[in-house]
Amino acid sequence: MSPAQPKAPPSLPAFKIRAQGDRCLSIDFGDEIDVQTGLFCLSVTQAIRLAKFPGITDVVPSYTSVALHYQPDPQIEDSDFHGLSKKITALIQAGIPSVSTDTREVEIPVCYGGEHGPDLAYVAETTGLTEEQVIAIHTKPGPMVFMLGFAPGAPYIGVHDPVFALARRDIPRTAVPQGSVAIANRQSTIYPNRLPGGWHVLGATPLKMFDMDCTPPTLLMPGDRVKFVPISQEEFDRIAATQSQGTTA
Amino acid sequence: MSMIVIKPGMLSSFQDLGRVGYQQLGVPVTGVMDQRAHQLANLLAGNNNDQASLEITLTGPTLEFTQPCCIALTGADLSPTLNGQPLAMNRPIIIRAHDTLAFGARRSGTRAYLAVHGGYKLTQVLGSCSTHMRSGMGGWQGRALKRGDKIEFNHTLKEANLEDLALELWSIKIYLPAALAQNVRSRARIITSEQFHDFTSESQHALANETFRISPDSERMGYRLQGPELKLSKPRQMLSEAATFGTIQVPAGGQPIILMADRQTTGGYPKIAYVASVDLPMLAQMGPGDSVGFEIITLEHAQRLDAQRTKAFATLLKMLAPVRSHILNHHD
Repeated sequence: MSPAQPKAPPSLPAFKIRAQGDRCLSIDFGDEIDVQTGLFCLSVTQAIRLAKFPGITDVVPSYTSVALHYQPDPQIEDSDFHGLSKKITALIQAGIPSVSTDTREVEIPVCYGGEHGPDLAYVAETTGLTEEQVIAIHTKPGPMVFMLGFAPGAPYIGVHDPVFALARRDIPRTAVPQGSVAIANRQSTIYPNRLPGGWHVLGATPLKMFDMDCTPPTLLMPGDRVKFVPISQEEFDRIAATQSQGTTA
Repeated sequence: MSMIVIKPGMLSSFQDLGRVGYQQLGVPVTGVMDQRAHQLANLLAGNNNDQASLEITLTGPTLEFTQPCCIALTGADLSPTLNGQPLAMNRPIIIRAHDTLAFGARRSGTRAYLAVHGGYKLTQVLGSCSTHMRSGMGGWQGRALKRGDKIEFNHTLKEANLEDLALELWSIKIYLPAALAQNVRSRARIITSEQFHDFTSESQHALANETFRISPDSERMGYRLQGPELKLSKPRQMLSEAATFGTIQVPAGGQPIILMADRQTTGGYPKIAYVASVDLPMLAQMGPGDSVGFEIITLEHAQRLDAQRTKAFATLLKMLAPVRSHILNHHD
């Protein structure tokens, strides 16, 4: 954990504000992935949105930090990094109401291995497990969606068993198929469309992660609990056929 | 109908200042690569709010206009012509029905911006007309222009007295504030990241002193750089977190990538620095094969330069009031 600067009251996690270039700042609440920190980030995200500071365009939560994209405006006082840092520090120190922890559980059917999971064997070999054990660990209940990112509707799901603490591939693949379910660093993601990617692909889901015709357009939201459920190829085909033909992103 | 695509060019897509406000759902901002040239084109075409412009890449399209309008072309000089005659850039131009805009050899830059008075008639998707081609979202049918596309404009001009309007506009002297000039520097200014000191001292030195070549697979999503290998002192895995336009990230291979307009909303590679917003337009006008270096400045300096440009745009908007009023008098 990084030293707090400025120091927060004892009831609050220590935090640190850091510039990400001249139009974004991040508020860091540590560097360890855990559900409590993740939920606190979601609470801070909501509080900052409600505060409606002028110039802020996007508030993006991640595992242990909250990023604010902003447009500094010379006409608006305190809209630069130092001004915004002051406002945010005051907001957090005044106390952040918790977001509801009464979260949804969403089942994600996954067809593991074979052509859908080209890295299942590699992950089994690297972790010293059998492929069946890898699947059993991956389908344990409990992981939470910490954030969406990387592509429209792509979830970052954690925290898996320490045995899945695998580094990403040094050289990412240039194309990973839509629906691929992949792990790295004790996290899972699902590729909402065909994309380049460096995570280890265990299988694929027939569900759509993003659909412009739905409100909200994403299947998963930060705070959701996820339960991966193993399915056969036949089941995969059956569910895929039921998915809407709307715009995929 | 107002514009027919005779030839689409290499990559011509509609972009505005981006799909802001949806990054928490993982929706990329996209938008123009060169905000300076885009905003300039909009102001010169007599727009006082952000309208999508056509971002034209390297090889320009051939466009036939079917109704009178006012356009402005900025950014890369791709030898534009109107009915075969050289066309002036960086000023309002009156277009008559059946005029044809075409492009020739690339003289400078990579991306030209074509704005039209009143804007192109496009449907907003999540609050923006920017095209995200990778996901087929926004702009014109979620894709780059194709031969035969017919694009409408929100406003067209009256046929009557067009010559007078053209003369009136031509007589207006347009002075571009210095802060809006296209930066021509060999080194893009950068702000170091929190992880800068986690890189070896050789890497830190190389970033600020050597040059890098923009690789052939560089595009709207990111520029891959080829040059001295940048290395962390100790290898480390980062948590994925928000990413920004201009982030210089360094995958394990050691060859940095600058995240550009179509960047993902989040990323998990170590970041060595961030390009100052004021120099992103300069990068947007570079392309595969060009060389770029970097110069470290402070965050405060970068924000001062950014503020100067914002103020200069506000000044130009005021200065161009006569252009807007002349055009408004000719609305159809």
